[in-house]
Amino acid sequence: MAKNIMIVGVGGQGSLLASKLLGHLLLSEGYDVKVSEVHGMSQRGGSVVTYVRFGEKVYSPVIDRGQADFIVSFEKLEAARYLEYLKEDGRIVVNTQEIDPMPVITGAMQYPENLVEKMEALGAKVDAMDCLSLAEQAGSAKAVNIVLMGRLSRYFDEIPLEKWQQAIQECVPAKFLELNQKAFLLGRG
Amino acid sequence: MKRLMLGNQAFARGLYEAGCSFVSSYPGTPSTEVTEEAAKYDEIYCEWAPNEKVAMEAAFGASLAGKRSFCGMKHVGLNVAADPLFTCSYTGVNAGMIICVADDPGMHSSQNEQDSRHYAVAAKVPMLEPADSAEACEFVKKAYEISEEFDTPVILKMCTRVAHSQSVVEERERILPEPRHYEKNIAKYVMMPGNAIRRHPFVEERIRKLAAYAETSDLNRVEMGDPRIGIITSSTSYQYVKEVFGDSACILKLGMIHPLPEKLILDFAEKVDKLVIVEELDPVIETHCRKLGLEVTGKDVLPLEGEFSQNLIAEKLGVELPASRKLEETLPGRPPVMCAGCPHRGLFYTLAKNKCTVLGDIGCYTLGAVAPLNAMEMTLCMGASISAIHGFNKALGEESEGRTVAVIGDSTFMHSGMTGLANIAYNQSNSTVIILDNSITGMTGHQQNPTTGYNIKGDPAGKIDLEALCRAMGFERVRVVDPYDLDQCDKVLREELEAKAPSVIISRRPCALLKYVKHEKPLKVDCEKCVGCKSCMRLGCPAISVKDGKAVIDTTLCVGCVVCKQLCRFGALQSQ
Repeated sequence: MAKNIMIVGVGGQGSLLASKLLGHLLLSEGYDVKVSEVHGMSQRGGSVVTYVRFGEKVYSPVIDRGQADFIVSFEKLEAARYLEYLKEDGRIVVNTQEIDPMPVITGAMQYPENLVEKMEALGAKVDAMDCLSLAEQAGSAKAVNIVLMGRLSRYFDEIPLEKWQQAIQECVPAKFLELNQKAFLLGRG
Repeated sequence: MKRLMLGNQAFARGLYEAGCSFVSSYPGTPSTEVTEEAAKYDEIYCEWAPNEKVAMEAAFGASLAGKRSFCGMKHVGLNVAADPLFTCSYTGVNAGMIICVADDPGMHSSQNEQDSRHYAVAAKVPMLEPADSAEACEFVKKAYEISEEFDTPVILKMCTRVAHSQSVVEERERILPEPRHYEKNIAKYVMMPGNAIRRHPFVEERIRKLAAYAETSDLNRVEMGDPRIGIITSSTSYQYVKEVFGDSACILKLGMIHPLPEKLILDFAEKVDKLVIVEELDPVIETHCRKLGLEVTGKDVLPLEGEFSQNLIAEKLGVELPASRKLEETLPGRPPVMCAGCPHRGLFYTLAKNKCTVLGDIGCYTLGAVAPLNAMEMTLCMGASISAIHGFNKALGEESEGRTVAVIGDSTFMHSGMTGLANIAYNQSNSTVIILDNSITGMTGHQQNPTTGYNIKGDPAGKIDLEALCRAMGFERVRVVDPYDLDQCDKVLREELEAKAPSVIISRRPCALLKYVKHEKPLKVDCEKCVGCKSCMRLGCPAISVKDGKAVIDTTLCVGCVVCKQLCRFGALQSQ
């Protein structure tokens, strides 16, 4: 059976680097891998989804409802939005940052409260952390993506730390490497 | 070497390996990266053409000259290029010629979800349809062979999920084809009636030969399993079918979607108890099967609209779905918005303020139609804003002339706005056209165009002067405004709407996401002065929100464009 990781967030938050890193790492681990991205209009501040699937053989490029082993969310509301994609025993790794969508900005709706608790009440395993602060601690708010990858790495016993670090080295421009390695370790905790 | 590649990147790799040496395309999601990736190979000449018709004709010219050529476009782009397509089906090619058309089921970034397979049927040219990146790369090479063997352009159809999914591709060497030379052949290449009449039977004979080829080609393959169900499918639908049924069903996977084989399908149908056709959008394979007298399940259970997925197929074909859970409450949606600092925002605010009727076009600025600006009332296709305002104003006269505008981006204007503008200049409607010149093709991810002064590689290139062009077309009133300056926008807009003559306003400022654009420091809110009037909220800027009765600036998003500052009567929004 293929393993499924969904990366969700707000267009422009850097989910493409996260999926690039995972794809690169998993391919080097010898898996068949598929990564499905969204381009075009949805990237303009909209809700964005990237699917990463790996295993002995992967067919569909997308993950469907009830199938995600992990949902890695760059933003809290987006984690809640895609909850129905989570497998029964799946886990959500979520950055607790709140980014107001347009209906909240215009005052038409409120940003929902206690989302983490509500998801846990439905039996979802939720690993919530303030990735933005850790990213800033590492040197840039833009490193939220790598902080999240660090957190996710805790759940992959079969892949040693060095392999993740090597993948970061191969996917990130040299001048940002140190910052991202730091962000990864802060996320991994 | 094995690499993960986007379908479009693998397509470009296929072009490289097959010895393609000429590429001309117009960007369009989800096709754009084929050409962007091809441009990374120095061995291939690549360019962005002003539109798809020009791109296809340029690719035809290169084929005529003896070079393997390519043009790429999205599904609606093929409508623009339909004219050359139907007749280069008659002329055939010299060196191989491939057309990529990328459909967008589910409309992730499109104005309709037409099924491009109909074009292959209508133009009587072969169409191949890969199901993943490795096939995209391989099928390009096959397509060139077919193109040259059967003397035809070949369409390779992608869709969003194949184009924008990465899967594993084995890279191979570039192999140059045998050189071909241009030879004068008036009977083949001059499509006037006397010659075209003789070419039509050739086209019919060619499609018969291609149908025979489809019977045995390894582009189509049978995977035998449990004979109680047999599924005919193609493209990404094949992947969903495999996901649901694994090796437990019989599958006929079609890589060549036009012409379709007959005997292969009949033989397959013979071996299975129940025949199911799984194809997104229109029932093209299904109709073919029904014509062969087969009883099939297809669009009676599967939808005509939108994308498929593994769960959708499972559900419709009676396979159990995995359990899932969902929050009860309605969550606020997160539709795409104009970016913070987007130069279009100030202009659309001005149009909304003046209660203009806005006929729009295709690009990021189509987002001018959404709340809170709601400042666009029509979007049809590339260039339609300008053509339609002419008809609108001719129909309503003074009732609409002083309050209606057309808005169109710089790239869309080059694509197909100029001909509409020629109609206004020629047939003289009192229309005001606004060209939103952000110096790039924005929505598709920053491609150069004839007004930017740079080519696909980022090197200096020819640059069309929009003001001079409009004047040369007969417009005496051509004004340029900075959309960050609301007073100027308002003044010029009013003057041009009041004028009793056709006019063009160029709203000029580069896209805020361009790397060379220098951002100012984010604004800060003086909470003493902010009274919470929410005037700044009328812009719909994602960097501004109101918390506890005061405006709050998201400093990670704000680029200091100061458009909001001009709306604050209390001086609460301040530059740092």
